[in-house]
Amino acid sequence: MTATDPAVSAGSSAPGGLVKSVVELDRVVIRLAGDSGDGMQLTGNRFTSETASFGNDLSTLPNFPAEIRAPTGTLPGVSSFQLHFADHDIMTPGDAPDVLVAMNPAALKANLADLPGGGLLILDADEFTARNLAKVGYATNPIEDGSLEGWQTVSVPLTSMTLEALADSGLGKKEAERSKNMFTLGLLSWMYHRPTEGTVRFLERQFRRKPDIAAANIAAFRAGYNYGETTEAFAVSYEIKPAPMAPGKYRNISGNQALSLGLVAAGQRSGLPIFLGAYPITPASDILHELSKHKSFGIRTFQAEDEIAGIASAIGASFGGALGITTTSGPGISLKSEALALAIMTELPLVVIDVQRGGPSTGLPTKTEQSDLLQAMFGRNGEAPLPVVAPRSPGDCFDAAIEATRIALTYRTPVILLSDGYLANGSEPWAVPNSADLPDLTGAVDFATEPNGEDGEFLPYLRDPETLARPWAIPGTAGMQHRIGGLEKADKTGNISYDPENHDFMTRTRQAKIDGIAASIGPTDVDDPDGDATVAVIGWGSTYGPIGAGVRRVRRSGRKVAQIHLRHLNPFPADLGEVLGRYERVVCPEMNLGQLALLLRAKYLVDVQSHTQVRGLPFRAAELAAVIQDVIDSTSGAELAADPTGGGE
Amino acid sequence: MSTTEHVHDLGMPAANPIDAAIAASVATQGDKQTELKAKDFKTDQEVRWCPGCGDYVILNAVQSFLPSLGIAREDMVIVSGIGCSSRFPYYMNTYGMHSIHGRAPAIATGLAVSRPDLSVWVVTGDGDSLSIGGNHLIHALRRNVNITILLFNNRIYGLTKGQYSPTSEVGKVTKSTPMGSLDHPFNPVSLAIGAEATFVGRAMDSDRKGLTDVLRQAAEHEGTALVEIYQNCNIFNDGAFDLLKDPTTGTQWSIPLVHGEPLVFGPDGAACVVRDDFGGLRIAETNQVDAADIVVHDAHRQDSSYAYALSRLSSQDLRYTPMGVFRSVQKPTYDRMMSEQLDVAAAEGSADLDSILAGNDTWTVSA
Ligand SMILES: Cc1ncc(C[n+]2csc(CCOP(=O)(O)OP(=O)(O)O)c2C)c(N)n1
Ligand code: SF4
Ligand SMILES: [Mg+2]
Repeated sequence: MTATDPAVSAGSSAPGGLVKSVVELDRVVIRLAGDSGDGMQLTGNRFTSETASFGNDLSTLPNFPAEIRAPTGTLPGVSSFQLHFADHDIMTPGDAPDVLVAMNPAALKANLADLPGGGLLILDADEFTARNLAKVGYATNPIEDGSLEGWQTVSVPLTSMTLEALADSGLGKKEAERSKNMFTLGLLSWMYHRPTEGTVRFLERQFRRKPDIAAANIAAFRAGYNYGETTEAFAVSYEIKPAPMAPGKYRNISGNQALSLGLVAAGQRSGLPIFLGAYPITPASDILHELSKHKSFGIRTFQAEDEIAGIASAIGASFGGALGITTTSGPGISLKSEALALAIMTELPLVVIDVQRGGPSTGLPTKTEQSDLLQAMFGRNGEAPLPVVAPRSPGDCFDAAIEATRIALTYRTPVILLSDGYLANGSEPWAVPNSADLPDLTGAVDFATEPNGEDGEFLPYLRDPETLARPWAIPGTAGMQHRIGGLEKADKTGNISYDPENHDFMTRTRQAKIDGIAASIGPTDVDDPDGDATVAVIGWGSTYGPIGAGVRRVRRSGRKVAQIHLRHLNPFPADLGEVLGRYERVVCPEMNLGQLALLLRAKYLVDVQSHTQVRGLPFRAAELAAVIQDVIDSTSGAELAADPTGGGE
Repeated sequence: MSTTEHVHDLGMPAANPIDAAIAASVATQGDKQTELKAKDFKTDQEVRWCPGCGDYVILNAVQSFLPSLGIAREDMVIVSGIGCSSRFPYYMNTYGMHSIHGRAPAIATGLAVSRPDLSVWVVTGDGDSLSIGGNHLIHALRRNVNITILLFNNRIYGLTKGQYSPTSEVGKVTKSTPMGSLDHPFNPVSLAIGAEATFVGRAMDSDRKGLTDVLRQAAEHEGTALVEIYQNCNIFNDGAFDLLKDPTTGTQWSIPLVHGEPLVFGPDGAACVVRDDFGGLRIAETNQVDAADIVVHDAHRQDSSYAYALSRLSSQDLRYTPMGVFRSVQKPTYDRMMSEQLDVAAAEGSADLDSILAGNDTWTVSA
């Protein structure tokens, strides 16, 4: 284990007289891996909830195949869930697991390379049959052939023990076997002193209509826990104290949940009814699912016939005075391009959520990437600027959704929010806000109700001098009838205009309106504790955690580095160019081939060093620490002894 | 202000801002005007269709008949796509959106669903609605959202200067098909009925009375109504509907649809519609069949097979073209059902933001 100074406390006595010792750790990374049918995501989520309610800080990384049921027992069918939890504040799901639970040979084969030597490996011995081994090309059984000697391997018959525990449940073998994930969860809950009531309550709730299944799962869960307590296979259990957190009420939250709640909150705080037009797509569908549950808030969700209809219906709703929203992933944004430009031209508020995934084309549907930034910025015909914002962590998706709405309503413009697969499905503890403390967006909704022209006419393109937003007059309002559309508008009147001067003016005005948003977003947020770093790392979106963890390591080694993380990608904070100019070197890690770096170089003529990866997975903190260290050391010339790439966060 | 009046001060505006805006406009401009004249629906915009275009005739017909519906101008929204026909909203003193090619039904759906108080219309062309926007059209129809769709069918792409369209007859010679078009056209009425439309009608641009009659029924229909309007493009497809417009051939080849009346047509009622042996319809000579066998038009039949069979009587060259309302049946509308779901949810569940922010599993860290 990577724990620093493991403190072995006095042994506790288990039934049967077994003396077990308790080791105190500051953090652990566990990876659960199994077949997609083994329920690893559910198990991981339950362990996460237990861990959250215990009070550890945590961060998770679900990783699953795009196929719903890839062939059983094969490498492509392996699904895993990594959870990092600690007695202190952490920022990533961990570079590598300390503990790997592999429910079958495929899971072992797919994940073993990530488990550092000496790590704890828990295997379901029952699944290591000749047939299953052959399926993934093991010539001999690794449990027996000595190839696992470099790890602390504990091979236990999880499946048969589950069956035994459920012998009297009345369930058939197939059905009973399915509870082996709960047996495993019970065992892990014992190993890490997790509270168990939450899982029992969860199972009761989940299988309300199938009490026998609920009972079987609870029995398997308890059997796993008791097994840990009594078996000699596990002599040690671990304690990870709660992390100090600011006082308050917390919950565990995934990015998609937080984003959905942020949208609900934005609707409530603006007073506008929400209309969501969406077409299902991974990893964004859960936002459609979640908002569909909240009809009692007056939220209308519309599953459209395609992504174009999703955004088109939202534009129609916005024209009618609703908060129009559309949610999708990269391929869907491609389809929405033309309608986005219509929203830009008609200057209607619209919130567009892109939960990015690996591309191009269908790409990697369930894996994360940040490669839609330039599409969001420029993926339309004509000069078609729109604001772009990005959340930095799962919980931050909540605030980002409210900020996107604020901009859309205030400036009467479509806004793209760039989340990604890692944020969407990853989770972390979240301090539950008090609704009354959330931004009040009612000021941004001032429907025009009276003509604004000198001759008593309504001028739909007569702008607010400060924000350059045009008035929002909704159907039903007498005397304000007007026509909008995609053809170029004459200034003020909004009539069709092909006049060269007018087009030049309107093009520049639309750009100025978006640029002007910078006045409302505050200066660049720079984390430079001593204020004398010569190297800055700049990032956006979900790389915040890994960059932050890398930065901590670098700082622990005695080096200095500034961290800048952008919420607003368009427009950038007004002082960003000046801020970047303060540093000798600027490093920009991204999960694409350098899209933000390209923008920064183009806009500020700063020699940004791009560090990129597109593996469908978040960066490892150690890798980023090494990159940053290299840049610092080559800048200052001073080699420092300490290696920042190891150690915790 | 007494505090008891505001037990629940959540910092939210008192009323829904939409209702508040409408109320404010009534307060400053007086009650909604529903007694209007045709000229009230005209705008100051110069109409830019080619002189002689059928679109003018349709615009006039619409402006003349709208006052009879008693809908205030501000409560009407016309959404169009792209094409000559889609310029329509600019000439109507209502709310309007001239949107993007093919997407008007989807935009109108979002508007009609979130604002059931409005009268939402779509104006579209044969290319706009059946080619690039075919998907949105069929889904709007099957959902039965409360919108009225006017499909201006000139059997050509007018705005892009005369390419053949999805309703052009096979063999159509155009700039893009110098040796004749190869693909088989859609019959928009058949397509709509196949897409579960609850109201489908057809009318001729030049037939003010027939057009007005179908438009009125479409406007009064609750649910998606599709009206195919044959529209002459005198520049790129002139005379496309002359067969039906000519006083002589017109009577011979059009079948007027009047609910409750026998389907008899042609000079002196010489032709009629009877059932064939396969559950469909066929044309017969009136004096050759028993009067009891002549089909009596029933636009309200729930089963759409009859309306579909009617739509199949006509051929590409427009002989035997039924004109009027093919089908008009009642089905719950999408927008109404969605509103009902919201009402049920509101009655069953609370709308307490703090409670959903907290969710089911929280823990508290104390100081
Ligand atoms: C995305 C897109 N593709 C193509 C066009 C070009 N375009 C404009 S109108 C049109 C066809 C219109 O035909 P129709 O709907 O029959 O309308 P009409 O002009 O005949 O009334 C086309 C192809 C466009 N505006 N947008
Ligand atoms: S091109 Fe044809 S449809 Fe278009 S305005 Fe001219 S006549 Fe009318
Ligand atoms: Mg046409």
